[in-house]
Amino acid sequence: MPEHPSTAPPLLAARGLSFARNEAPVFGPLDFVVEAGEALLVQGDNGAGKTTLLRVLAGLLHADAGEIEIDGHPAKTSLRSRAIAYLGHLPALKADLGALENLDFLCGLHGRRRGQTAVAAMGIVGLAGYEETLARQLSAGQKKRLTLARLWLSPAPLWLLDEPYANLDLDGINLVNRMVQAHLRGGGAALLTTHGAYAAPPVRTRMLTLERPA
Amino acid sequence: MMWPAARALMARDLRLLWRRRGDALQPALFALLVVVLFALALGGEAQALAKVASAVLWLAVLLAGLLSLDTLFRGDAEDGSLEQWMLAPVPLSWLVLVRTFMHWATTALPLLVATPFLAELLHLPHGQLPVLLAGLALGTPLLSLLGAVVAALTVGMRRSGILVALLALPLYVPVLVFGAGSVSAAAQGLDPVGALLLLGAGLAVALVLAPLAAAAAIRIALS
Repeated sequence: MPEHPSTAPPLLAARGLSFARNEAPVFGPLDFVVEAGEALLVQGDNGAGKTTLLRVLAGLLHADAGEIEIDGHPAKTSLRSRAIAYLGHLPALKADLGALENLDFLCGLHGRRRGQTAVAAMGIVGLAGYEETLARQLSAGQKKRLTLARLWLSPAPLWLLDEPYANLDLDGINLVNRMVQAHLRGGGAALLTTHGAYAAPPVRTRMLTLERPA
Repeated sequence: MMWPAARALMARDLRLLWRRRGDALQPALFALLVVVLFALALGGEAQALAKVASAVLWLAVLLAGLLSLDTLFRGDAEDGSLEQWMLAPVPLSWLVLVRTFMHWATTALPLLVATPFLAELLHLPHGQLPVLLAGLALGTPLLSLLGAVVAALTVGMRRSGILVALLALPLYVPVLVFGAGSVSAAAQGLDPVGALLLLGAGLAVALVLAPLAAAAAIRIALS
């Protein structure tokens, strides 16, 4: 892992971060940093707390102890919502809306990256021609691609991707890697969870392995 | 950021409503059925109907709203939309307020428009109609806002239909008392303004507090 000295604070830093559900520890305490231009690969078995970690970082759950800093500032809700794009297990798509209508709504909610359009993003994720198709008629893999298009349009610099490779074919896995690569080149950072069976994107990568608590 | 998000949410809800127009008509049809069946059951006798007309109309509107309450946040919770709402750079309470406004606009507003006709069906004395309409205009948004809090509280549970009704009814009772009370006060020649002002005050308080409470409840339910 090439260390490169920089004076800028890391995009994301966690110190002593831990989370427990009903007194039972799920993970932690964890310490890690992710600099701009880096990916953090969170590995671990099923139930090791990968999803919980990402939900804590996104702000959907409250950490029991520890601090999260974004760009050197304590992660307040307003800062998080601007800095983080979260791709969870649930697609957040309305079954009765068309693919493009779904994207338009999510862009209205989260804002849109400068110079990007929803139609172009659908082309990038390989869904050109499916603009009018209702989300209920898309396959699981196509839905995943649509959520990737939402991610691509998000102006947030920090991507939290929970199992981004799930449901995708080989071409889709390459797509995720290319998107992460392009995002990192633009000064962003990404956290990816995986149980280790997939090829990681060819970028500067840190590893974080979660163990199931005894 | 607040207005684009609100516009996007309103456009989404209107599109969804149009795609499922059969479901969307349900509350209005339900209210219509209640009113018509009441009129039939009382034998169409103008005097008997006129006495209960305002109470029947209030009940029909209230129950129709209650019927659609469970769907307010459930769909969005199940497909993960609420997660994205919580992560959006606009306050969750603002999105809750917009969603509740759309609920009111699509269930209560059509009934409000139909009220003059339904009132005619029930032989409501014409003098009482403005009071009834004013009461409904102030009371139905209040019902939707109170309902949003209850729907948010139960969004984490499966099959909470009856629980929603049980939780919502005690909150709805004061609205019904003042709403229907304003019309019967007018019928007895008393001043209905007091009851209407209380409804208005309740609406003002709920407009500020209910979205905050509902947003907090959603955060708890989804954590």
